[in-house]
Amino acid sequence: MTVDMSQFYEVFFDEAMELLAEKERLLLNINVTAPDTEDLNAVFRTAHSIKGGAATFGFSDITEMTHVLESLLDRIRKNEIILTIEHVDAFLAAKDVLTMLIDGHRHGSTVQHQQVATVSQRLNRLSELGNVVASTSLPVETAAATVEVAVESLLPEGMHKYHVTLPVTPQRDVDALITELGLMGAVQHIVLPNDGIQFTLITENSADDIFAVCSFVVDIDALKIEEVSAVVPEPESEAVAISVMVEPAILEPEVAQPQRRESDKANTNNAESSSIRVSIEKVDQLINLVGELVITQAMIDQRIAVLDPMLYENLLNSVNQLARNTRDLQESVMSIRMMPMDYVFSRFPRMVRDLAGKLGKKIDFITQGAATELDKGLIERIVDPLNHLVRNSVDHGIEIPSVRRDAGKSETGKLTLAASHQGGNIVIEVRDDGAGLNRERILQKAQQQGIAVSDSMPDDEVWQLIFAPGFSTAEAVTDVSGRGVGMDVVKRNITAMGGTVDIRSTRGHGSTMRISLPLTLAILDGMSVKVGAEVYIVPLTYVIESLQPEAINLKEVAGQGRLIKVREEYLPLIYLHEQFSIENHCENPEQGIVVILLIDGKKAALLVDSLVGQQQVVVKNLESNFRKVSGISGATILGDGGVSLILDVAALMRTLG
Amino acid sequence: MQENGLNNTEHSASQTQEFLAFTLGNEEYGIDILKVQELRGYEAPTRIANVPSFIKGVINLRGLIIPIVDMRLKFDLGDPSYDDSTVVVILNLHGRITGMVVDSVSDVTTLTPEQIRASPPMTSSLDEACLIGLGTIEERMLILIDIEKLMTSPEMGLVD
Repeated sequence: MTVDMSQFYEVFFDEAMELLAEKERLLLNINVTAPDTEDLNAVFRTAHSIKGGAATFGFSDITEMTHVLESLLDRIRKNEIILTIEHVDAFLAAKDVLTMLIDGHRHGSTVQHQQVATVSQRLNRLSELGNVVASTSLPVETAAATVEVAVESLLPEGMHKYHVTLPVTPQRDVDALITELGLMGAVQHIVLPNDGIQFTLITENSADDIFAVCSFVVDIDALKIEEVSAVVPEPESEAVAISVMVEPAILEPEVAQPQRRESDKANTNNAESSSIRVSIEKVDQLINLVGELVITQAMIDQRIAVLDPMLYENLLNSVNQLARNTRDLQESVMSIRMMPMDYVFSRFPRMVRDLAGKLGKKIDFITQGAATELDKGLIERIVDPLNHLVRNSVDHGIEIPSVRRDAGKSETGKLTLAASHQGGNIVIEVRDDGAGLNRERILQKAQQQGIAVSDSMPDDEVWQLIFAPGFSTAEAVTDVSGRGVGMDVVKRNITAMGGTVDIRSTRGHGSTMRISLPLTLAILDGMSVKVGAEVYIVPLTYVIESLQPEAINLKEVAGQGRLIKVREEYLPLIYLHEQFSIENHCENPEQGIVVILLIDGKKAALLVDSLVGQQQVVVKNLESNFRKVSGISGATILGDGGVSLILDVAALMRTLG
Repeated sequence: MQENGLNNTEHSASQTQEFLAFTLGNEEYGIDILKVQELRGYEAPTRIANVPSFIKGVINLRGLIIPIVDMRLKFDLGDPSYDDSTVVVILNLHGRITGMVVDSVSDVTTLTPEQIRASPPMTSSLDEACLIGLGTIEERMLILIDIEKLMTSPEMGLVD
């Protein structure tokens, strides 16, 4: 019976991508002059795991590439080759190629075989270069010692190395012991000058276990077991014994490999026990069900409100308890969708490093608040906008070292990516200490492009101009940025997520791009408003205030529509009942309420009959079973099980023209 | 796929098909039973502004927001009154759920290919492309509708 392997492909691709990301992170953090053995091992393991997976699924191109990579890494971690920056670069290039190969298999995207071959050759060349170094620097006689050290250096946690020394023992018993000890771990044996036998055993078992095994074969009084902990150069006497040793060169891979597998396995096991992979549909289903539960809870609350508290005290207490549990449950379930910003931030160090290298700039890249959590749906959509902003900062913001020196700043620019929670929002900032925005240039460019501007515009408004489509002040269009596509897309993407971008900038001291996003798209703080018999939800983020209008402040302007004067400011007035042709609304605006809305720096007033209250609502998509409705961004389910529509404030504003 | 009913019956003559029979005014209609998820009573939907009048609005079906269409208004048949006996047929069309208000549901009928005739040109407001044919059972005549085609057609305005 054949198993369709393709159903596991996705898991492999996901895992491989994670491993590659991990590898990149490790490589970027590695200290080239004194690499940490643990880090090298970890990098090696990522390559090894991908190779294993790729081989299982028959992706031979990935297997080949990882094999070359793995062999080179293996030699580096065994100190046969000294790690250089050239290696790190080659490994990063290999990571890119692997990503390309995986994408090729996954999405059928094009694979540039030339690039694959180049990187492969590069790795091979580095490997050969290493050969020369290794063979000249290491005298042949010490080969065995190297083996010893190599094995030592990769002793994983929980493993011990023992020297088990026996008196003269019949060959039959020695063979039996080799088999027995072999079951416990990796074993080698040598004949000592006094014809005794010494085993070198690497195992996770304790010395007592070894005693137990040996006691069947030899006199335990004559048995000596020592644990070898640190890397101790083998004494000269044993080096003499090497001549008797059983083919050390062949033993080496045999010893090292099972060892490595075990450590790999231990690692995956750890990772598995701390997290599980669940499809997003299942999580969303869970969230929906909990949303249902919350609604049912609200229904029960409504029903029991009419009960006599004295008579039904116990019932009411239990319902309160249920309400608390439901709330906790909802919070925990919502948190499943939350992912740390690190998921996004981790891709930037590499990008900044490469870009800075290309542009001849020196940049210190700092991330703050990488543990800040954001809804998965949003986190995936924030990547592109952030990418643009970071690129912009590197390209236009931070100056080249000579310019910085002349300006009295340190040659190394500072680029900070920071995330934090502020109220119900997450705020992501891209800060640089570069040149800052050039007010005059922006105004000049805006004029050239026919955008209405004036010299007296406040800075805030000037900065917003860079979000206009096609706007760019870059002196030269580079392959990094400057084409003028980007900032408008950034702004559009962020607005689509219900967020805002603003800019603070000081000439010569740098600029800060500040993105503010709601924590999740699934829950929204809403204000319920009533018009006629209908209840609508206004997202609270857009509400500034609400007030009862006075007749004297309501004006009709020919060609302008209705206006309302709020504290010396004339705001356009939208009648919700007109927009949605609602019947039986209150006739007199003075008896209604106006809600002042603010979006994209524009204000408007919305006339409704009354305010119902403020509540958190679970946002449901109208499009999943219906279609987009103008003026409505979604729907939610109220406490009584009925449906209420959520207003699309941005669309309402657009009706004003 | 598109001419689901006809093709199936032409290709395998022995195959019978089950239809849910319902009435709109004086006419009896039939739709593929496999497209029907459930039947439920009518509850007042939340009105949606600026949509055709036969789209009554949306309701909460166990956490899903689904549109409700009144076929009596769409086909201009019968009396669009709503009471305890008004039935909503919940359709599941490839994962998209829609509620359809009808006057009443009669039964589930099994039709053999021989019982399904091509329909003569009709003057109803029903697009002929959405017709499978006419099903006859003794004295009864069912107008068989390809409900999926109908509900996803642009004139219904239920999909983008």
